[in-house]
Amino acid sequence: MKVRVTVMPKTGVLDPQGKAISHALGELGFSGVGEVLTGKVIELDLAETDPEAARSAAEAMARRLLANTVIEAFRVELV
Amino acid sequence: MNAAIIVFPGTNRERDMALALTRVTGRKPAMVFHRETALPAGTDLVVLPGGFSHGDYLRCGAMAALSPIMAAVREFAMGGGHVLGVCNGFQILCEAGLLPGVLLRNAGLRFLSMDCVLRVERAGTAFTSHWQKGATFRAPMAHGDGNYFADEATLDRLEGEGLVAFRYADANRNGAARDIAGILSPNLRVLGLMPHPEDLVDPLMGGVDGLPLFTSMAEALVGV
Repeated sequence: MKVRVTVMPKTGVLDPQGKAISHALGELGFSGVGEVLTGKVIELDLAETDPEAARSAAEAMARRLLANTVIEAFRVELV
Repeated sequence: MNAAIIVFPGTNRERDMALALTRVTGRKPAMVFHRETALPAGTDLVVLPGGFSHGDYLRCGAMAALSPIMAAVREFAMGGGHVLGVCNGFQILCEAGLLPGVLLRNAGLRFLSMDCVLRVERAGTAFTSHWQKGATFRAPMAHGDGNYFADEATLDRLEGEGLVAFRYADANRNGAARDIAGILSPNLRVLGLMPHPEDLVDPLMGGVDGLPLFTSMAEALVGV
């Protein structure tokens, strides 16, 4: 079962990469771009076949390793 | 003082650290690979040196914080042992939860390799007793992720309890919250800092500004 974990910076945490991308888009002439946030997408292929068990396993992995909850929030989706 | 330097894949400042420790103690530190599960008997000080452990994959220090040896390092720290983390070592200590907060990407996105000036905010510890509070000294820095971040409540607590060890005194180049360059644990026995005092411990290196860190530790931990 495939699970996708999306890790994004929490509100209020500086995201210099997002800022740099926003600036670069402006330089390229794309107007109307507000805040840009960068994060990570991590796809896991799990042996688990029960969707809820897979979700809770991925959440445990995210809390333990994939995200640092001091600065990042994560979202788990079954794909 | 018997020091143990933890070596992870991608660690690259362990020899500088060993040189500095040997210079002040006359004893060569043990090099302990990250797959080990125990520290050498009689270890007085554990050092997590700089580098790019596990290629900085995922987040700086995240993989190293889960290495087998870190369970022993955590136990050592919980038992009142002294632990020093420099640069990547500071990042690992934060990821391992032995110090609060996290080191974010430098605000300007650039890797910073230059000297900075640090001010001693907390003297009288095993790491800082050979400085006066308010003293400033030069320290080389070399990092891409040195932007110290913690929530406001944590920052207030660190300041209130006198756990900020060092601040950048000349310029805040990496964006660190409240100019913080290094912090201590509540029992004052775990220190993490971004710059590299170990690289200024001999006139041949261009100065001895970093030597007080090592002479402080050698004095405090002698015969422990």
